[in-house]
Amino acid sequence: MAKLLVFVEQRDGKAKKSSFELIAAAAKAGHETHAVLIGASVSGLAGECAQYGAQAVHAVENASLDKYTSDAYAKALQGAIKALSPEIVLASHTPMGKDLMPYLSALCDAGLASDCTSLEFDGAKLKLKRPLYSGKATAEVEFLGGGLQLATIRPNAIGLPKPDTSKSATATALSVDVSGTKGKCLEVQKGASTRPDVTESSIVVSGGRSLKTAENFKILEELADAVQGAVGASRAAVDAGLRPHRDQVGQTGKVVAPQLYIAAGISGAIQHLAGMRTSKVIVAINSDPQAPIFQIADYAIVGDLFQVVPAITAEIKKL
Amino acid sequence: MNLLVCIKQVPDTETKIKLNGDSTGIDPAGIKWIVSPYDEFAIEEALRIKEKNAGSTVTVLSAGPDRVVDALRTALAMGADNAVHVELPESADSFMAAKALAGAIKKEAPAELIFFGKEAIDDGAAQVPQLVAGFLGLPGCTVVCGLEYGSGTVTAKREIEGGSFEKVELPLPAVIAAHKGLNEPRYATLPNIMKAKKKEVKAVKLADIGVSQADQKIKLKNLQLPPPKQAGKKIEGDAATQAKTLVDFLRNEAKVI
Ligand SMILES: Cc1cc2nc3c(=O)[nH]c(=O)nc-3n(C[C@H](O)[C@H](O)[C@H](O)COP(=O)(O)OP(=O)(O)OC[C@H]3O[C@@H](n4cnc5c(N)ncnc54)[C@H](O)[C@@H]3O)c2cc1C
Repeated sequence: MAKLLVFVEQRDGKAKKSSFELIAAAAKAGHETHAVLIGASVSGLAGECAQYGAQAVHAVENASLDKYTSDAYAKALQGAIKALSPEIVLASHTPMGKDLMPYLSALCDAGLASDCTSLEFDGAKLKLKRPLYSGKATAEVEFLGGGLQLATIRPNAIGLPKPDTSKSATATALSVDVSGTKGKCLEVQKGASTRPDVTESSIVVSGGRSLKTAENFKILEELADAVQGAVGASRAAVDAGLRPHRDQVGQTGKVVAPQLYIAAGISGAIQHLAGMRTSKVIVAINSDPQAPIFQIADYAIVGDLFQVVPAITAEIKKL
Repeated sequence: MNLLVCIKQVPDTETKIKLNGDSTGIDPAGIKWIVSPYDEFAIEEALRIKEKNAGSTVTVLSAGPDRVVDALRTALAMGADNAVHVELPESADSFMAAKALAGAIKKEAPAELIFFGKEAIDDGAAQVPQLVAGFLGLPGCTVVCGLEYGSGTVTAKREIEGGSFEKVELPLPAVIAAHKGLNEPRYATLPNIMKAKKKEVKAVKLADIGVSQADQKIKLKNLQLPPPKQAGKKIEGDAATQAKTLVDFLRNEAKVI
């Protein structure tokens, strides 16, 4: 058993579900699981941390930590590590986590395994797997030298259990000196769309060039809405202006690992697979029975997406 | 202004990956090596700043085995002025690579702006830029798709989730990791490629900068190619039947909805 610390990421006072995946997995494996919150006013999130299994919740609160910057947050987290002496520190491989953890790695002189797609333990040692070469290979990670172990885990790769809503907690304040840090976040410019991000959803419905027009993506949005999922796109669809680049899945877009990935009218080029092949369940809908996407699909539907997708939406609405 | 760009040489994206004998890495035979694509945005950005600021120099730095000198020559051909190669074993992790780069920067190429690509497309770890920032005690910002220059500061536009952006102000010196959208990288012209072949590439040994094997923190082992996936279930019938069958499978077999 290890003493383990999870960095619970939040923006605007809302915690990321992917942080709770880590808490739940660590607690389930029997580790002494601590949650650390960082921000201007974040201790209100303590209860949720406890509901997913955190034994103790700590908060580093400071007005200067209102908006994220790598050096200030790394210093805050380093302070928490000094105070709590964990053997393992975990964060999600999100835009914040992947920016923060290497900085922390340098400050703490500790090894970091990033973008891991599984989280297991061998006693107090992390047992991790991570993809390489855009998913064309995977490797196991071994930590050398027995010091502090740091890791970032791909969101949705583990899955989120139901919270135990009977639990509650209050955060213990940790006082950490974060003065003298240099980066300053002037503002966060919010994206125009309020749709969920492909990297944050446990269900992603993606479409390709074959959707032909931006309006036609409506049928995918309707399916996504019915399952509370996000809408993704192939590069060909993005290049054709059917979707914004933020929705692109693949080697030059986003890497996702949802519980369910539905590819509609996507051929399955290697660069697209690089972004979604670690999805738990893959559904492919394509009119061409030879389309390469079928080689990695768990459920294959040969058919016209313009008929099949609305039919699936209708079927789900019946549930 | 001294501008520095750290670049990594990686296998071309189309490369078919084969594993080496003990599954700790890939078989280098037959690989076509390229400059990691995000690093090209970093090189381009440094060159553009240089062109706007008379008297600036662009130095490119790469850590790796001898083959990475070719990547440095590509950057020289694009217009970089100087190149530095730090030797680094093939098996080094991000931590050791960043230690070596930080050491070489201190010794050979102190700079006001240190550029990287947001990640290298081989291991995709996205660690080295912020590691180097941390080692050098500098502010760092990654996934940068826009950059404005003030006096003594830069303001970076950093892409985050949901199509949102953070605007981050960093006092110089600072570390910036470039993303697509920052600029459109130029191609090297043939005369410049020829000229770059003759330019000197300065060599730095790990021992010169106090870095050793002891700085490696993690090791990759038991590399595997993705196992061929079992053939999925083919769902037959008309669209309505296919939809009904699929939803039933997703709910009762895969249990994902
Ligand atoms: C360096 C590099 C990086 C790249 N990065 C990415 C990346 O990040 N993401 C990415 O996706 N691609 C990427 N690509 C592009 C990739 O190679 C493919 O070109 C792209 O994924 C194809 O998109 P698509 O499947 O929408 O289009 P197509 O390959 O044209 O496939 C369309 C599919 O739709 C099917 N179809 C047509 N009509 C229907 C219908 N009515 N119903 C059902 N099916 C239908 C067709 O059978 C076909 O299989 C990259 C390429 C390169 C060279």
